[in-house]
Order: sequence, then structure tokens, then C-alpha cells
Amino acid sequence: MIRTHALTKRFGSLTAVDSVDLDVRPGDIYGFLGANGSGKTTTVRMLLGLVMATSGSIELLGQPIPAAAGRVLDQVGAMVEGPGAYGHLSGRANLELLDGSGSRRARGARRDRAERVAQALEQVGLSGVGRRPVKAYSLGMRQRLGLAAALLRKPRLLVLDEPTNGLDPQGIREIRDLLLHLHACGTTIFLSSHLLAEVEQLCTRVGVLDRGRLIVQAQLEELQAPTGRTLVRTPDATAALALLNGRVEHRDGETLLVRGDDPAALNALLVSQGIRVRELGPERRSLEQTVLELTGPSADRVEGG
Amino acid sequence: MIQVELLKLFRRPRTWMTIGLLDALPTIVAILLAITGIGPRPGQGPAFLSAVLSNGSLFAVAALAIVLPLFLPVAVAVVAGDTIAGEAQSGTLRYLLIRPVGRTRLLVSKLVSVFAFVCVAVLVVAGTGYFVGRLLLGNQPLSAAVTSVSGTSLTANQIAGRTALAIGYVAFSMLGVAAVALFLSTVTDSALSATMGALAILIGSSLLLTIDASRALQPYLPTRYWLSFIDLFRDPILWRNVLRGVALQGVYVAVLLGAAWANFTTKDVTS
Repeated sequence: MIRTHALTKRFGSLTAVDSVDLDVRPGDIYGFLGANGSGKTTTVRMLLGLVMATSGSIELLGQPIPAAAGRVLDQVGAMVEGPGAYGHLSGRANLELLDGSGSRRARGARRDRAERVAQALEQVGLSGVGRRPVKAYSLGMRQRLGLAAALLRKPRLLVLDEPTNGLDPQGIREIRDLLLHLHACGTTIFLSSHLLAEVEQLCTRVGVLDRGRLIVQAQLEELQAPTGRTLVRTPDATAALALLNGRVEHRDGETLLVRGDDPAALNALLVSQGIRVRELGPERRSLEQTVLELTGPSADRVEGG
Repeated sequence: MIQVELLKLFRRPRTWMTIGLLDALPTIVAILLAITGIGPRPGQGPAFLSAVLSNGSLFAVAALAIVLPLFLPVAVAVVAGDTIAGEAQSGTLRYLLIRPVGRTRLLVSKLVSVFAFVCVAVLVVAGTGYFVGRLLLGNQPLSAAVTSVSGTSLTANQIAGRTALAIGYVAFSMLGVAAVALFLSTVTDSALSATMGALAILIGSSLLLTIDASRALQPYLPTRYWLSFIDLFRDPILWRNVLRGVALQGVYVAVLLGAAWANFTTKDVTS
């Protein structure tokens, strides 16, 4: 769906995006992670033909960008760096204007316009908002409107940059459910975010950008693979320590970290010796650990020389 | 797309407020003239004002002459400066481009909507001028002869035709302003900067016109021939400056629109 080769963007002497090879497959929910200033937004803008690449190539739905932008982008819904709308018009009027924009081929039949707009508003939970102008909307409502605009043309690929910005926890949950529903209906989703938890809950595939370079691109499960150690919580920690002598790597109160990747066997051993087990399972790395290990300090941290 | 742009422009309250304000000044002038009956001496003040006391139909042209030096260019620069930069500011430019709307198509639609604004503004000012002039100032019968700027008489038909020409000429001159502002609008992401930049160029041009030392430059300054539409009311019509004005504006419009296109279609949209 998205494939880039050695994609690079320089602004003067600053290299914002450095030789990035993205590979987003059909059916993915791709989490594009990176700290603020790591080049996420510039990459997304290049994918959509807004910013011209310095070198490298982009393929979107199998077509070259920006050359084929006019043919491809009508199958792509996107939200880039927050929503945009005319403040003096209502959300509905904004969507109607957007729906009427573009070449005849891209914009769809006029008589279905009201219906398309109503459907998009309904999907994001704004159907009852009425004639209120957008400038009176809350941040969360604007975000929803931006999402409605992206959904307007029933895209095959959805490119979202920080879609849950400004939403409350219920709103985030709703949007997540909506995205999962769209994904189940066959939409590929490219989600750019700096919120690790959000990506961890939603995505199937992850790419991590650090200071312009793509340092990881893998299925989420690979990144969360078990570490070969087992985590045990037991009120009889001292007894367990004695029993497993040498296999315990770390003890913190009731919690033991035991070498060995067979929790079932470990459990049987502990119970057979009369040691009570409160909790037991394979240790998994969290996405956060992986990402923090791989990336340097935050990009918006500026230290004196 | 053009339809959408026109809808955006004319559904915006600001557009109509601007046109309303444009009409206010000539109307105030007409009221003052009607009450006091004191016209400027011939050769002083805005063109035609001395003539309108006897014949109100000329006030359409007089109204144009009143708003032409400052108010009309300001209005046009505001609307044209807002075209691309305004979309950038409200964050809608990127969504239009990924809709997708081709960049050339967007620019052309914006240009058409600005041109529509210029035409509507000029026509409304001329229409209001005519109406107010007939109502408040000397309302000789329409068929009565009018004294031309050269002193001879013009028939009502001649006046109507020449007024139409003058309206066209003023509209074309304003297209030059629109081209400057549209170009600047593709350069900056701030609508105000684009508008102010365009006005700065116009004010600079008007200033240079008053300085003898810049005589060599004067034939090429954008505002040089703006008021030449007065020549249309000489008898016979003095075409020289009018034609030069059209040619000069044509060059400005072509070059600036070319520059706007070249800049906009290759630039990184980071707004």
C-alpha cells in the first residue's frame, strides 16, 4: 500500500528524513512511531505529495507519488497535523465544500453529497451537531470533524497523524473502536503517533523513526517477543529463591525474575514443593522498552554545547 | 472547483461587508455634494466631481474615481491576498490538495473567484454611484447631452458606452493588483502579509509617480495609467494612455500569475 525507497528530505543543511524505506502492506494497521521532531510529519506530507522529496521514491497504492497524486489520492483519506476547517461555516457545510472540491472524477455524484456527508458525520459521532459554526467547536469535536473529512470518500488507505489529539479517554476509545471497525471492513490504516500505548493497543505492524532514520520496522509481536525469562509473584519468595538457586536473576519483594522460558514447568516445580504462586507468566518486553532502548534522547531536547 | 471557490467567496460575510464599505464612501460624497452644492473647482479633487453637480449620471464614473486610488485596491488586495495564504492559515490548504485538487486547478479557481469579486465590486460601485447620483444630484433627463472633459457635448448613448468601457478598464487595472496579491499569497502563509505586501507595492508605485527624479521609471509603474480611464470621456477618445495601461497591466498580470503558478506548483506545503 505504501512503499518508499531511500526517501530523503533536506531543509537546507538539516536532514529531516534520512533514507527511509517504509513498507506498509494491505490490511496492516501500521503504527509509525517517533518522538516529536523525528520527521514523522514530514514523511507523512511527502507520502501525500504535499512536500517534495529531496531524493528517493514513493509508491502509494502501487502508483508513484507525486506524479500520480491526482489519480491515487482520492482513494486515500488523511488527517495531517490536526484538522482544518473554515471557522465561520458549520461542520456540515465544511464537509459539503470539501466533497464538491477536486476534479469531477474525484468528487463523486452531487445528488449523493448530503448523504455521504451525513454518513461521515454519523461515523465520527457528530450527527447531531447542527448549524453551529466550527469556531465554536471544542478541540475534540474538531478532531472528529477532521476524521469525518478523511472518511468522506470511503478510502482504501487511511493516513492519520495523531488522530486522538485533544480527545478525552472516552473519545479515544470511540475512535479506536471506529478504526478497528474500518480495518475489519478492509481499510489499511497508517497511524503516526508518539503515544506508544495507543500504537501498542491498535497496531499490527510498527515502524520507529528516530532523528529522521527508520530504525525498526517489524510486526508488533516480534517486538513484544518473550524474553526467555519468567516472572513469578509469590508470598513465599525466600523459599522460592532457595529452591531455584542460581536461576533467579532478580528479586524485588515478592516478585522474582527467573531464567527459563517454560512457565508451566516452573509452576509445577514450585507447587510440588509447596510454594504458593500468586502470579506467573513469561516476561514480555513492552513496546516502550524496545523503543527507548533503540532511540536516542528526545529530539526536542536542546542542550548547550 | 470554480463553483466551490465562488461559493466560498460569496457566502462569506466579509466579502459583502467589503463591498458595502466600498459603496459607503461615494455615497457619503454624493450626500455632501447634494446638501452643500459645493463642488471642487475644475481640475481639483477626484475626477468628474465638478461635473456631477449638473448631471448625476456621471456620478457612476465619479464613484469609481473616488474609490480607485485606495479603497478598491485595498479591497482587492484583501481578497486576493487571502486566496492561498488564507487556506494555509486555516489549515484547509493541505486538505484541499490531498482531496486531491491539482495545484494548478486550485490556483485557477482562486483566480477566477478573485476576478469575479473584482467585477462584482466595480459593478456595484458604479451601479450605486449611478443610482445615488440620479437620486441626489442633478437629474437632468437621461437624453440630455453631457459636457465631455474636452468641453464638447456627448450624447447619452455615448456616455453609456464610455462608462461601460471605463468599468472594464478599472476592472482590468484591479486584476493587476489581484495578480500581485495572489503571487504573494503563494509565497507566504500569512494572508495579512500578502495583502500588505501588495499594498506596499502599490503605495510605492504611487509615491514614485509624484517624484520627478523617477521619470524614467514611471511608464512601467503598475499604477501609472490607472486614472487614464478619464481619457475615455474626452472627445474624441484619447486612446494612447488607455491602451498603454491595458498593455502594461497585461504584462504585470501575465508575469505575476506565471510566477505564482511556478512557485505554487513546486513548493513544499508545510502549513
